[in-house]
Amino acid sequence: MTTMTGTTGTVQVYRVYIRATPEAIWEAITTPEWTQRYGYGSPVEYELRPGGAYRGLATAEMKAMGGEDVVVDGEVLEADPPRRLVQTWRARWLGEGFTRLTWEIEEGDSGVTTLTVTHDVDGAPSTAAQVAGTVPNAGGGWSYILSDLKTLLETGRPLAG
Amino acid sequence: MTDDDRVFKALADRTRRFLLDLLFVRDGRTLTELESELEMTRFGVMKHLRVLEDAGLVVTRRSGREKLHFLNPVPIRLIHDRWIDKYTERQVSALTDLKTELEEEA
Repeated sequence: MTTMTGTTGTVQVYRVYIRATPEAIWEAITTPEWTQRYGYGSPVEYELRPGGAYRGLATAEMKAMGGEDVVVDGEVLEADPPRRLVQTWRARWLGEGFTRLTWEIEEGDSGVTTLTVTHDVDGAPSTAAQVAGTVPNAGGGWSYILSDLKTLLETGRPLAG
Repeated sequence: MTDDDRVFKALADRTRRFLLDLLFVRDGRTLTELESELEMTRFGVMKHLRVLEDAGLVVTRRSGREKLHFLNPVPIRLIHDRWIDKYTERQVSALTDLKTELEEEA
């Protein structure tokens, strides 16, 4: 990635090892049936082709708090199932521009798959704090989401459930 | 060794915790940048980074000629969810709140 430099500190990298197939992980990331079951529970809509739309929809709880119907939006830049998904990503309530999000899924030995999420949050400090989970009472960011995703795929149940 | 064993082992060393703290402050640093913060040989720092990488606490990425080191907080989150939540989150947070409050007053 061209913006990745050693001095800006604007790229965040998250990696988790999951005992699941790449296909199962891809499904868990890109379909609303799955995304409602872990993390913040927001159903997603993905048009999985370059230029396709991406939307993260409000949960009933978010709507009750007065949120908009679409909480996160963006555009699909690359979709290579079940290996690689590159997209733009904007948390609409933060009032910042689009950031760049890359999902990489790599099959490893003995049924363990590596999922790496690289979030380039250049120029979006509030987004950076939000997804790093450093905003008080605003959730645990990617660490929380990926930990919950691993638990769901490996045990069939999310952390809270 | 399980994944958790590797994480606990990696965290059981002051230099390695210091390296994680450095990356927490600013992510994506080179070995040379990290080395400059420590009174240690380059080889020593490399060894510690290797242990952190094996535990999944540090992820490296190539950017041109440079190898950048990123803090990966997910393993710590997994331990939190596995060990802290399960047993004592409520009590622990009450106690850490108390500690923070008392220390602020002091």
